[in-house]
Amino acid sequence: MEDPIRASLDHCVKCTICETACPVAQVTPLFPGPKYEGPQAERFRQPGGSVDHSVDYCSGCGICSQVCPQGVKIAELNSRARAQLKAERGAPWRDRVLARPGVTGPMGAPVAPLANKVMASAPLRRLLERTAGIHRDAPVPPYARRSFQRWARGRRSDGAGGGRRVVYFHGCSTNWFEPGLGRMVVAVLERNGVEVALPSQGCCGLPLQSNGLFDPARRTLLRLAADLGAAGGQDAVVASSTSCGLMLKREGREILGIEDGGLRAMGERTFDICEYLLDLHDQGALDTGFRPLPMTVLYHAPCQQRGHLMGTPALDLLALIPELRVVESVGGCCGIAGTYGLKKEKYPIAMAVGEPLFEQVRQVGPDAVACDGETCRWQISAAAQRPSVHPVELLFRAYGLDG
Amino acid sequence: MRADGTPHEVVVVGAGVAGLVAALRLAKGGRRVRVLAKGVGATHLTGATVDVLGYSPERVGSPAAALPGFVAAHPDHPYARIGIGVVDEALSWLKGHLADPRYVGDTGRNFRLPTAVGVPKPSAVVPQTMAAGDVVDGKSFAIVGLPALKDFYADLVAGNLALAGDGIEARAVPVGLDLDGRVDVTPPAYARRFADPDFRAELAFSLRGRLGADEVVGVPAVLGLAGAEAVWEELEGRLERPVFEIPTLPPSVPGLRLFDALMGALRRAGGRVVMGAPVVGAEREGNLVRGLYTEAANGRRYYPASHVVLASGGWAAGGIEMDGSWAVRETVLDLPVCGVPAGARFLPGYLDHQPLAGAGVAVDRSLRPVDGEGDVVLANVRVAGATLAGAEPWKEKSGDGISVSTGYHAAVSILAEEG
Repeated sequence: MEDPIRASLDHCVKCTICETACPVAQVTPLFPGPKYEGPQAERFRQPGGSVDHSVDYCSGCGICSQVCPQGVKIAELNSRARAQLKAERGAPWRDRVLARPGVTGPMGAPVAPLANKVMASAPLRRLLERTAGIHRDAPVPPYARRSFQRWARGRRSDGAGGGRRVVYFHGCSTNWFEPGLGRMVVAVLERNGVEVALPSQGCCGLPLQSNGLFDPARRTLLRLAADLGAAGGQDAVVASSTSCGLMLKREGREILGIEDGGLRAMGERTFDICEYLLDLHDQGALDTGFRPLPMTVLYHAPCQQRGHLMGTPALDLLALIPELRVVESVGGCCGIAGTYGLKKEKYPIAMAVGEPLFEQVRQVGPDAVACDGETCRWQISAAAQRPSVHPVELLFRAYGLDG
Repeated sequence: MRADGTPHEVVVVGAGVAGLVAALRLAKGGRRVRVLAKGVGATHLTGATVDVLGYSPERVGSPAAALPGFVAAHPDHPYARIGIGVVDEALSWLKGHLADPRYVGDTGRNFRLPTAVGVPKPSAVVPQTMAAGDVVDGKSFAIVGLPALKDFYADLVAGNLALAGDGIEARAVPVGLDLDGRVDVTPPAYARRFADPDFRAELAFSLRGRLGADEVVGVPAVLGLAGAEAVWEELEGRLERPVFEIPTLPPSVPGLRLFDALMGALRRAGGRVVMGAPVVGAEREGNLVRGLYTEAANGRRYYPASHVVLASGGWAAGGIEMDGSWAVRETVLDLPVCGVPAGARFLPGYLDHQPLAGAGVAVDRSLRPVDGEGDVVLANVRVAGATLAGAEPWKEKSGDGISVSTGYHAAVSILAEEG
């Protein structure tokens, strides 16, 4: 066995616990389940000559690896099998486009009003579904008129002598769709005496990876690591997109198989924003002068958030806000899984996966859903008709930074 | 102490029955608690009955009557350590926290419930949906076979049941209820379909006129995930006969229900769970554990702890391991392991008394780990479940009884210490 991921399949005792946890296999027979697709099929996989037919129906949520009591890297094995499938049989051009937000962002943003009108037009969405295979009802956020990078350019961060410095890895979605979130992250960090470097940066390669396009994913991730490293030296990297942060921490090594000392070292000093803030609190260094927020939020931890293996720091942070009532979600996955639920053939599966979560949102009727993942927020808002926020936005408001 | 002056959390290692019971009892007692787990425990693999004492070595009719003699003969057994009064207290407490389905029975009398192959197994506390399966002389069973369900053979169950007592009659009743033409359907897939009222009605309809007046009806344990109690009640009403579930091979639907019930109650009580994060190290100071390190995506993560409940499992779960040089170790805190035989470790007969079987961590009366001299090794650690020395649960039929009562006792002992 050439590597620990592949070798882990020998630990599988066929207990079927992963089968009970897979959200996709629960709603469709098109995906036979992580055990069959993972450790069982892996025995037949050779270099060259993919034996797979159904592995592309894996959404890549990673829950199977988390619940496995034997430490088998089921999701990682299946990601690699998907990449081999795509490498041999080709990927549709739709997948190649969806996988490159770093390319589509600069194209859409300058013509944001027009692009947003197109994506909001039902006839044009039907046309897009027929021609491109992007489901007409899939949640697609509007482009921002002004990107986060444009706001950040030339801005000097003030840590107020706190002595802490971090590099902010904002990710594509903050840059092109939610620049307001980026500004709130910076404000919350600066409020706590942290100086924030805001280097120009591209995509982490996660959408390429999840669409099975590993070669460009590797190049993209290494370019990002170089850009962040050039700006911050050995400073900690803080990410506000949990899924993209996980690429830096672990997935570049474990799924893409990148052997790079610099990337490994950067992964070890990368923190999710809530993780970083809770660590500040544990050191007694978090400003807890929060104003009351008399509202109810439902907190949903995205699958990739759970992949950080850091618990739920957002819940601990939100507990510091007076009068904020937080209900924890019981639904496992919202279904979207990055670009998975955008695709015509997978949209119904994604909606069925997320239904228990949507139902809980409808029943609780929160003022907002708090969730660390951007595509999850868009999916939940569209499906359950409630506003959604990153947990940092609640901290921002409780600090009174919203004016 | 934390930065805000409150005590650190209690950290529970393991998300099996022992760990979840300990965590829930602690959370209900007002403690901040966090479960760190390498993965899901054995709940998903077992029938989710709470077996307290089934054999000693003869079959036990009443655990309550047998336990005093049993603990006298096995002074190193977990039951002897915590005292048999705790067992009843823990079972009553657990029953108070399980509602879907409710659990019935006590240590006064063992049920004898058919397993997936139709052999009766003694259990003290069982899901209400299984209770009518109690195997007693002269009873008549109709065992329903679902056509696509993996690894469940109604003929086999009925054939073995007919041999299980005097005057027992048992027969298989196959029905045509498939799932969209699929084959090899897992128990949870069938169970999810029972959320559909039409599917439930179809099962009742397909049994109409095919059941004898005195027959009790056995069905594989797939009568719904959430809402199982209501599904079972509805079926009893439609068939106008007692209905009982028979545990299947994994994945076990009754086990999933038990796991979901304990996890849901724990979440609502404010407990936190980190799944998929194996403990890889501990910070010690004197005879105390100050905190635990888990594997994390960016290396490892530290969890300060006021106390630790170690419920990491035994041989099957990897809590106790033997390496290639026959060395036996406890894998999380490297606690002393007792009961490792100096001579033969295994005997040829599968069901012989296996010398290595009782190896595990020895504890004092409050479940703190002790060394060979009986001295406490780590004063703020409690050990619960299959990690404990002195039991042979697969022979005694005592597995979940030990897990429930020691998990409960570990929590109570920590709560008592806090005052």
